[in-house]
Amino acid sequence: MHQTLTPRRATWLNELIAAWGFVQRNYYLTKRYFMWELVWFVYSAANAMSIGFIGVGVERSEAGQDVQRLTTFLLIGALLWSYLSMLFDILSETVSWERWEGTIEYTFMSPASRATHLIGTSIYAVIYGIIRTVIMFALISLFFDLELQGANYTSALVVLAIASISLVGFGMVTAVMPLLSPEKGQQVTMIFGSLLLLISGIYYPVDVLPGWMQAIATISPVTYALEGVRGALLDGENVSTLWPSIWPLLVMGAICVPLGLWVFHLGERYAKRTGRLKRSG
Amino acid sequence: MERDHALELVAVEKRFTRKRGSEVVALAGVSLQVRRGEVVGILGPNGSGKSTLVRVVSTLILPDAGSVRVFGADALRHPRAAQRMMNRVSVEASFFKKLSAWENLMYSAKFYGVTTNEARPRIGDILEGVGFDVKRAHEPMEHLSRGMQQKVALARALLTSPMLMLLDEPTTGLDPRSKKDVQAVIERIRSEHDASILLCTHDMDEAESLCDRVGIMVNGQIVELDEPTALKRRYQKNGRLPNLEEVFMAVTGSSFSDAEERESAEAAA
Repeated sequence: MHQTLTPRRATWLNELIAAWGFVQRNYYLTKRYFMWELVWFVYSAANAMSIGFIGVGVERSEAGQDVQRLTTFLLIGALLWSYLSMLFDILSETVSWERWEGTIEYTFMSPASRATHLIGTSIYAVIYGIIRTVIMFALISLFFDLELQGANYTSALVVLAIASISLVGFGMVTAVMPLLSPEKGQQVTMIFGSLLLLISGIYYPVDVLPGWMQAIATISPVTYALEGVRGALLDGENVSTLWPSIWPLLVMGAICVPLGLWVFHLGERYAKRTGRLKRSG
Repeated sequence: MERDHALELVAVEKRFTRKRGSEVVALAGVSLQVRRGEVVGILGPNGSGKSTLVRVVSTLILPDAGSVRVFGADALRHPRAAQRMMNRVSVEASFFKKLSAWENLMYSAKFYGVTTNEARPRIGDILEGVGFDVKRAHEPMEHLSRGMQQKVALARALLTSPMLMLLDEPTTGLDPRSKKDVQAVIERIRSEHDASILLCTHDMDEAESLCDRVGIMVNGQIVELDEPTALKRRYQKNGRLPNLEEVFMAVTGSSFSDAEERESAEAAA
């Protein structure tokens, strides 16, 4: 019954296999909860479309408001928020889920490093999020006359990729909450997410916000992600002209991911010291 | 540390602080050795510290003091080296319940560096080996009985080829038939290869039939540890060998069920 199954491998290769394990696990979960995924897809698409129709409903103003541009502006915000918030949520929701099911103990007692655990889960979120957003974008495009004639899709994808890194870091920081308390932790994560929604200029330019909110918006990666993607899609800007949006995202990514891992490590140490990893639910 | 020790705990202490500020002593200076290929049982009522002991060895709880070594690897300073060599089956077969046994096993094996190609042929063999109906491997776990889920938990542990198995009440709450099946698997693990086993249980018969040595744990302390026969001889009266329940009474001064009630009341306080 028992024999040595695993050949000796370099540590990095074991970590790579483990990262794939986390991707595979979340894929299995998506597959099993397909109906729920469909429900969320329809909800998010309907939400984005309803926001798009607000744009359509606006008459050209005296100042010469371009309705087509406004609609595109709003839909980019809605779709990008759907993608970024999902990325951000998947990490904390997966940790909550693992706490409810009790599998977190088996994850934590495995030799896979915490970076592999969290990055593996994030890789799945990025792949799934991009596929979902592209499908949603294609679907919504059928209903609206969007201003995308000069869009630079490559620049938009570059901005999105870089923004994803910093959002993953933010997600790691907030994932520590459900680790310590699945129920309360999820609530805190939702509050955090809603604050990002408010201050980052999803549906309006950041400069309409009060001064103090604009100051907070400067530390939200979503602000720069939106500026960058809107610049690329609405104005066809290339990577070099988008640099003012890209460099803050690079800095935030470089800070947020190590910070996220460190905060999660502290949370894990605390949970192990106080015996909080037992099944909750 | 002798290299032939699968597990060595020295003076391990753990206290937990309750919400109202009072402290509970979960482990009070536990020292224990499990030799390579040996099955050591820890017998104790609920709340005696058995699960905390297993969680400390599993690297899921950090002790306040003491040392834990798994085949010489310091489990507190270098947990990943120790984690590669062990796995655990607990009283609750924790799985993603919507996923099938196959899916749960496939992804969790990867955490130990086992690839899909390596795991695929082994999953069927191992499931069969633990007496699981392989035809049901693709059904969601929530459709399986507790006994079957526990067999999948054993398979999950065996799939990673652990040198040290930590079994924390693996048969508690199972129906008599499933209990026998799971005990038979443990017996086979013991007889067919050199995995060392730490088995925590509150089942006297299980401890006696499966273990080379049995420890009695009360209030976070292992108060006796020896071969079942040696324990019985030590506490025999008028030439009659007592059973383990009577040994427990002689060692602790109370019956097992009384001790269980007392520990539970203290835990709830």
